[in-house]
Amino acid sequence: MSYSDKVIDHYNNPRNVGSLDKNSTEVGTGLVGAPECGDVMKLQIRVNRETNVIEEAKFKTFGCGSAIASSSLATEWVKGKTVDEALAIKNMDIVKELSLPPVKIHCSVLAEDAIRAAIGDWKKKQAAEKPVAVEAK
Amino acid sequence: MSTDVKIPQELTVSKHAVPEGVKLPIYMDNHATTPMDPRVLEEMLPYFMEKFGNSASRNHSFGWAAEEGTELARERIAKLIGATTKEIIFTSGATESDNLAIKGAAEMYREKGNHIITAVTEHKAVLDTCKRLEKYGYRVTYLPVQKDGLIDLDDLKRAMDDKTILVSIMAANNEIGVLQPITEIGKMCRERGVIFHTDATQAIGKIPVDVNKNNIDLASISAHKMYGPKGVGALYVRRKNPRVQISAIIDGGGHERGMRSGTLNVPGIVGLGKACAICQEEMQQETARLSGLRDRLRERIMSRLDETYINGSMEHRLPGNLNISFAYVEGESLLMGINDIAVSSGSACTSATLEPSYVLKALGAGDDLAHSSIRFGIGRFNTQAEVDYVADRVIETVERLRELSPLYEMAKEGINLKDVKWAAE
Repeated sequence: MSYSDKVIDHYNNPRNVGSLDKNSTEVGTGLVGAPECGDVMKLQIRVNRETNVIEEAKFKTFGCGSAIASSSLATEWVKGKTVDEALAIKNMDIVKELSLPPVKIHCSVLAEDAIRAAIGDWKKKQAAEKPVAVEAK
Repeated sequence: MSTDVKIPQELTVSKHAVPEGVKLPIYMDNHATTPMDPRVLEEMLPYFMEKFGNSASRNHSFGWAAEEGTELARERIAKLIGATTKEIIFTSGATESDNLAIKGAAEMYREKGNHIITAVTEHKAVLDTCKRLEKYGYRVTYLPVQKDGLIDLDDLKRAMDDKTILVSIMAANNEIGVLQPITEIGKMCRERGVIFHTDATQAIGKIPVDVNKNNIDLASISAHKMYGPKGVGALYVRRKNPRVQISAIIDGGGHERGMRSGTLNVPGIVGLGKACAICQEEMQQETARLSGLRDRLRERIMSRLDETYINGSMEHRLPGNLNISFAYVEGESLLMGINDIAVSSGSACTSATLEPSYVLKALGAGDDLAHSSIRFGIGRFNTQAEVDYVADRVIETVERLRELSPLYEMAKEGINLKDVKWAAE
């Protein structure tokens, strides 16, 4: 199995490895995959509440080189995008960018799921916040 | 050993310098195959251009010269396992030998019964052959293994019935190196008149195998697992006490006492013979050296990394084998990080079918540890300097990947990963 240069680059120099404070209301956390499947991705975003722009993104991945590269790329792509723009990212975009072979396409699907899960978590937190703001009035 | 394998420089981001005398890439996957011993190659060479005759040509010196080569090889193989020359049949390798032994015995003893017993950790050459026989109406029992990889002899005893004609259990496992109790298995079979076949591919040449002491009736042998050429192997077929017969699966001329037709691969067979002779002579020192290197690798890795688990019994194991799971790190990503070293993994990501190792699953460890496993196969041409370098590279790569791992992070936070509800894709 030979890896594309981009996958190798992400593997050797992964972007945005780390964690954000999952308790912060500005942070959305997506945790997808399962250890038994050999793939687990945690992708976190910190969103500016006024502009809805994803200002920071971090990831951690348990998985093969293609999985690590897919999630690393995902954090690169979501940074600077609004939440809605980030939702438009499709797994086939990742496949194309990293030249993933057919057997590794599922890694890109998981990365797309991770983005959605992180955004979903963030949205849930925003919805939960509103009633509290009303009560405080 | 020179090599033309190119290592993409971009992949090697190690802080360890390559030690003096170590050439990259390092080959430490000796259960997959072995490099040929130069002495074996030397022994084979005359049989390509000068002594090129067909060993079945009985009427001229070209044939006789070739036959001399194959008969000497036959003697050497027989000597290594305590057999007689009449009991050695040449094949194209252990896969064919497994097929011949199992299908051949099944067909020959069909009137006697239709039940075969094997184990879940056998090589695919045995398992797939058994699956095919099931399609033909044979009944097959696949014995489970215990946590250490060994079968439970009581399970075997209970499984045997009056229709059992064959038991096939490997002497040494190719993934975890575990040694099955073949002497006891053979004894149990002998007492009940059941034929005992052992896939001895990984064992012969590495540990003492004696067909009489171990009560073996059929044994598969492969040249390329013992520093011989690929494409040649043998099957031991017992002639006395009791006499075992098998039907041929390849017809055409009746070579090898009617059990395996086809012109003999003379140079290959000569190589197999020489490989056996070398193993016989050097086995004792080699075993000591390889266990020493293996233990050194194990200690070096496990003393520096926590949450590493050995798969399979350490006590009943091939001297050069080590199979370790590194929790929270996936196998293929680990291999990618040590790409100047050739080893293999039980991870699903490294298999064409995306299935994790069925051998590791059978140990009951859980899929996540199967995904995190690496198999090291130390062999004749590995050195201490190589072992130290490999250990250091593995340690640094595991540490780096654990920093990237959400599972490691969760475990350090005190979360029990087994309690987490995972959202699988």
